Amino acid sequence: MSGFASLIARDLRLVWRRPGDVAVVLAFFIVATTLFPLGIGPEANVLARIAAGVLWCAALFAALLSLDRLFAADLEDGTLDLLLLAPWPLELAALAKCAAHWIVTGLPLAALAPVLGVAFGLEPDVLLALAATLLVGTPTLSLIGGLAAALTLGARKSGALLALLALPLCVPTLIFGTGAVEALATGGDFGAHLAVLGALALVALATTPWAIAAALRQAGE
Amino acid sequence: MADLHFLANPARFRRLSQRLLPSLSFATVLMLAFGLYLALIQSPPDYQQGDTVRIMFVHVPSAWIAMGGYGLLAALGASLLIWRHPLAALMARAAAPVGAGFCAVCLLTGSLWGRPMWGAYWVWDARLTSMLLLFFLYLGHIALSRAYDEPERGDRAAAILALVGVINLPIIKFSVDWWNTLHQPASVARLGGPSIHTSILVPLLWMAVTLLLLFVLLVLLRTDTEIDRRRLENAEQQA
Repeated sequence: MSGFASLIARDLRLVWRRPGDVAVVLAFFIVATTLFPLGIGPEANVLARIAAGVLWCAALFAALLSLDRLFAADLEDGTLDLLLLAPWPLELAALAKCAAHWIVTGLPLAALAPVLGVAFGLEPDVLLALAATLLVGTPTLSLIGGLAAALTLGARKSGALLALLALPLCVPTLIFGTGAVEALATGGDFGAHLAVLGALALVALATTPWAIAAALRQAGE
Repeated sequence: MADLHFLANPARFRRLSQRLLPSLSFATVLMLAFGLYLALIQSPPDYQQGDTVRIMFVHVPSAWIAMGGYGLLAALGASLLIWRHPLAALMARAAAPVGAGFCAVCLLTGSLWGRPMWGAYWVWDARLTSMLLLFFLYLGHIALSRAYDEPERGDRAAAILALVGVINLPIIKFSVDWWNTLHQPASVARLGGPSIHTSILVPLLWMAVTLLLLFVLLVLLRTDTEIDRRRLENAEQQA
């Protein structure tokens, strides 16, 4: 097995042994979305109008919430030092870490969002569209969030700082993610929005691993 | 390029900036006084906007400088990561709050202009929103560079952030434009019409040069302070 796959498998095994960490993130996602109808009021047409935005923002926060431990645990137990010394590129290791993060947060969030969407009174095709946008958009969140996690590794108050760094960079993904759902609901071009969302994910895929690796090298020095 | 490497030595930079600062301060004050006269008294009120057009003489140059300032942060970040220029880190540390300040001035003056012109202090116009996001990027840079106990770590992390931010700026700008056209039709065009009358353009460009000088002056002053502070910290550690 290549180093890339074994690193993903290792991270997944760690999560599998402590499933509570993922459960807490998903619970946060559910509770946070539930607060919006309580705060805004139960009018069905208002809720259906804001559903995509609310679910996307809540998913964004949930993904960020789980990121501050992404590299911190590896720094503490020495795994990061081994990754820095390993004969294969650190960029690949960074990508593997982000991929593992996406599997344990992005994927469940995308699966859970349509269920919560039902409570907001969304139509079945809009529910599917919502899941599709999250499926295509959450990898970008994991990559940008991974960069923010690597940059704040060892910083004071790293959790809040991580969100401050990652959120402005996640704005394009949020805009096109919610825009795609809105386009479907109002008869716009859903496919074009989804394609831009995919393009954003590819740009993040092509650039962030280098930046994450650079940040990790700084942290390891 | 050779000249930039020459300046990378903090002590050499220091000597140059000490020689430059008095005349630069003097020139900035003079130009600001004359620029304010041009902008507030000499130039005519706009036929549509009235006297509120005068806000533009501060607002527009601030926006230019705020955007250029982030480009400067990225350039300094690159020279720190590539050549490890010690001065680049200190100058980035000095420049980020100044750039954020110009960004805040741009947002505040725009908001004051928007109240009589658009009827609201804030509208979710594409330009306003992307300026606000630029302000957030500045805040992230400032917070990250000061978040570490070892300042060098913060400098290098902030340098990487500035480079990633400068790649993302056009993407953010494009997506915000897209988002805005999705939600509402284009807002009132600034400075009305395709061409600007010279009676407005001359004070505008004058103020742009003046505020650019002010930016350079503040950054140089603050860089000097950062050099002193870093020396003091090193001396304290050795003592």
